[in-house]
Amino acid sequence: MVRGFDLAFPGSSSPCRGGDDDAARFALDSASALSEEHTMNRHEFSLVGAALEARATGALYWPAEHMLIVSDLHLGKSARIARRTGAMFPPYETRDTLSRLESDIAQTEAKTIVCLGDSFDDLAAAQSLDEEERLWLARLQAGRRWIWIEGNHDPGPVDFGGTHLAELATGALIFRHIAEEGATGEISGHYHPKARLHARGRVITRACFLYDEARVIMPAYGTYTGGLRSDDVALNSLMQPGACAVLTGKQTHVIPMPR
Amino acid sequence: MELPEKIESWFSAKGWAPHPHQRAMLERAEAPATLLIAPTGGGKTLAGFLPTLADLARAPHEGLHTLYVSPLKALAADIKRNLRTPVEEIGLDIRIEDRTGDTTATQKKRQRVDPPQILLTTPESLALLTSYEDAPRMFQGLKRIVVDEIHALSESKRGDQLMLALAALETIVPGIRRVGLSATVEDPEAIATFLAKHPEPCEVLAADPGPPADIAMLETDELPPWAGGGGKYAIPAILEEVKKHKITLIFHNTRAQAELFFHNLWLANEEALPIGIHHGSLSKEQRQKVEAAMVEGSLRAIVCTGSLDLGIDWGDVDLVIQVGAPKNVKRLVQRIGRANHRYNAPSKALLVPANRFEVVECIAALAAVAEHDLDGDGRGPGPRDVLCQHILIAACAGPFDEMALYDQMRSAGAFSGLAWEEFEACLDFCATGGYALRAYDRWQRLKKREDGLWELRDPRAAQRIRMNIGTIQDTDTLKVRLKNRGGGKPLGEVEEGFAATLTPGDTFLIGGQIVRYEGLREMTVEVTRRAFDKPKIATFLGTKFATSTRLTHRILRMFQEDDWPELPGHTRDWLKLQREVSKLPEADRLLVESFPHDGRAQTVIYGFAGRNAMQTLGLLVTQRMEEAGLGPMGFVATDYATLIWSLDSVTEPAPLFSREGLVDGLETWLAGNAVMKRTFKVSANIAGLIERNSPQSRKTGRQATFSSDILYDTLLKYDPDHVLMQITREEATRGLVDFGRIEEMLERVGDRIDHRVLSRVTPLAAPLFLEAGRVPVKGLADERLMAEEAERLMETAGLDEIDQPKEKRWAVPF
Repeated sequence: MVRGFDLAFPGSSSPCRGGDDDAARFALDSASALSEEHTMNRHEFSLVGAALEARATGALYWPAEHMLIVSDLHLGKSARIARRTGAMFPPYETRDTLSRLESDIAQTEAKTIVCLGDSFDDLAAAQSLDEEERLWLARLQAGRRWIWIEGNHDPGPVDFGGTHLAELATGALIFRHIAEEGATGEISGHYHPKARLHARGRVITRACFLYDEARVIMPAYGTYTGGLRSDDVALNSLMQPGACAVLTGKQTHVIPMPR
Repeated sequence: MELPEKIESWFSAKGWAPHPHQRAMLERAEAPATLLIAPTGGGKTLAGFLPTLADLARAPHEGLHTLYVSPLKALAADIKRNLRTPVEEIGLDIRIEDRTGDTTATQKKRQRVDPPQILLTTPESLALLTSYEDAPRMFQGLKRIVVDEIHALSESKRGDQLMLALAALETIVPGIRRVGLSATVEDPEAIATFLAKHPEPCEVLAADPGPPADIAMLETDELPPWAGGGGKYAIPAILEEVKKHKITLIFHNTRAQAELFFHNLWLANEEALPIGIHHGSLSKEQRQKVEAAMVEGSLRAIVCTGSLDLGIDWGDVDLVIQVGAPKNVKRLVQRIGRANHRYNAPSKALLVPANRFEVVECIAALAAVAEHDLDGDGRGPGPRDVLCQHILIAACAGPFDEMALYDQMRSAGAFSGLAWEEFEACLDFCATGGYALRAYDRWQRLKKREDGLWELRDPRAAQRIRMNIGTIQDTDTLKVRLKNRGGGKPLGEVEEGFAATLTPGDTFLIGGQIVRYEGLREMTVEVTRRAFDKPKIATFLGTKFATSTRLTHRILRMFQEDDWPELPGHTRDWLKLQREVSKLPEADRLLVESFPHDGRAQTVIYGFAGRNAMQTLGLLVTQRMEEAGLGPMGFVATDYATLIWSLDSVTEPAPLFSREGLVDGLETWLAGNAVMKRTFKVSANIAGLIERNSPQSRKTGRQATFSSDILYDTLLKYDPDHVLMQITREEATRGLVDFGRIEEMLERVGDRIDHRVLSRVTPLAAPLFLEAGRVPVKGLADERLMAEEAERLMETAGLDEIDQPKEKRWAVPF
């Protein structure tokens, strides 16, 4: 058993045991102190030396770079569903997603926004945004560096302002849509991970961040998005033993990644 | 109408004479609508068909003459068998065929081209038929419609669907004669209105109800337990009764209880009496096997649920045993009627209370049966989600005029009061989505043509609409199969939410077998047999009856007596014990008990306002507890009480029950609670917003890219007056809110609240812990729980993770 422990958790470097700054411990303490607004809506951790904040909203913030990262917005999803299947879902998800993004930008005062791919449900969905939604997006972009990373739903540039990239490297971090085997310092989306927690007999499921020493996989930010359970084989093979899940929602909660 | 010679001589050759009500039906053959109330076994079906047979005996008829609709596929098949014999013996050259979900595609296609004289079908199959463009050709000669078990249909959306389909048929062939066949009910006039084409009249005929039932409570040596369902204690006594009778039906209120009882029954069945099990979650194959064995007469007893409430005629049943409180006197009387199908023979039935509270309920029910005091609640106007579905069905059949469709739909009794604005909102929903934000101009489902008629924008949409016809809302279920063998033997279905809580190695009961969960493969739960393990119990969502208002009041009256000589000694002692450790509820005071249990603080409110009102009370009170920071986690409601569990205990209950507070809560609780979301999901499915079936594959809750809860939250935030939100509120008010009875309760109890703080579960509260239908409250408690659990997990991470088998946890989403 002890050997197994050593193999799985070499030293104290496992992110779940708390990093250099003991961020995980800090977040847990804060979670029990419900009244302190500023501490309960984010979880701080570090990835290859970069201090990051996983926010309860599902956005990731990198304070040193004033960079806000969101993944899988799937804007225009209801229009795409209507076009493809005839089902007419409430067409409000784009403005809901944008209003949450606006609030995250305002709270972090981010100067750079990175959208990690699948920002639009497809290219036609990008064109289907109505005037009000386009203006809203333009307003959010004004005065900020805005980077669209390509996703599998929206490859190729779309006619919105900002920079379009296949991937982005900043410092020791690399931003791309789909995680690559063996990458280090990688921030990706695509899988929409969610995790389940059993607590006093109740099962609670939440969209979550997954992180280990090498990478972060981000939850989907868009309003009409579902999730892939963290015990799925795809996520299991990507994440190292000792990986953490940061559950999102009203507050963040950190647990060992359920496998 | 006289009986034609052929049929008269058939009767006399058999040595029979038509029953008076059969004659009466014949005399009313030309009436636009007739409702026949007759006990089971009274020749009811033949009475319904006699005018048809007489007509066909007089002159041959090309094509469809009579349509028979029943709520059960099995019943359609059964009637086909039973009707063929007299038809052949009389010498009528007609075809009788059934058409249900089980009919082959070839057969269905042929029926549309060359329909039989008599077609036996279900509401869903009929609705589908009316959606075809060639429906007028198929139905052109239709003369009569027989609706069987109409008392059951009239209580559900399946019945509303049927009546809208009949309204559509009426526009194809005006003047169809309608016949309804019903078991004993408390309000025949309501069913008559439901059946008739509005505003035409409908005469009610009542057959001789037969001799009164022989009904009693089963006496056992073993005492009923303090709490619990299932009636395990009574198994030896029940086996004795099974031995004494030819065939016994053993009814249970829920599928899980039936499974557990069946399992225990076989452990005690030393003589290996042939006993089977039958309920709605079993696979079709399993059910058919039991049904066949029953027809053969090779079974001595069947453990069953409401799936056997209706019709299939098994003449040799001579005893009905009801395990668990009957909840509703009318249904009890109908169930009792399942025994002794021979006309004029008394039905024999035994009630088996599952615990001591149910003893009280059984005694009250026996008194009600003796006084013929039936109960039931009216249903209110027709539900508009079904209306939306029928607008889409009409569009599938071809272009329609909105005014004509409006008039057609109002000819169904339940929709006769439909306002134009209400109809228009439904039409707009079907056409454009009906959103305040007009986002779907390009992708409208229905378009108005230049000539003013509405049609499908994309004719290919018809296929998707047809695939989603129906109002039966199974919770999302997964098939259970035995692993190995070619494909594996199907055993039945479990709820998806239950399957999600299983981890490999877990055991549960299905079809009377204990099985071990091995894994999930392509939406199928794979299991292996595990005869000797102790099972977890499957949380099937069985039909759950509410104890009727009248029965509830009887019970409350009983509590107010000083002593209860009519009750068995143990139950008397139990009530006395409750009086000793706490108190018995009174009509003009509100009893509230608080005690710890299961690591949670528990609060019991004995409101006796009926299940729906008690459920609403649960929603309102938990909301107020959330505001007070008590961390409510969930509640469960029964007809007499609401049990709430929370992180912290209630110390001062009075503020929770102030009328103003509750009314305020009602205004806002509609937002974001689980009951509303459940209601929304059902209506969204029926109205066609969410398609359960697509040409690719069946969509299940978990496979869906996102849940209906997200749609609900989005609508609530951006379009709270959307028609589906209106429908959801209408549905919740009719089914789940019943605020009127809360007000009545508040008036009755005033500010007289008796709060008892106790150290443990009280005798009267104990049964509540076994109630199904727990509603989770998702608030602060979730966050606190997650924080606690996350902390625990982090502390132990790395120490118990490695190679040690995980502790199995029994986990549920409430």
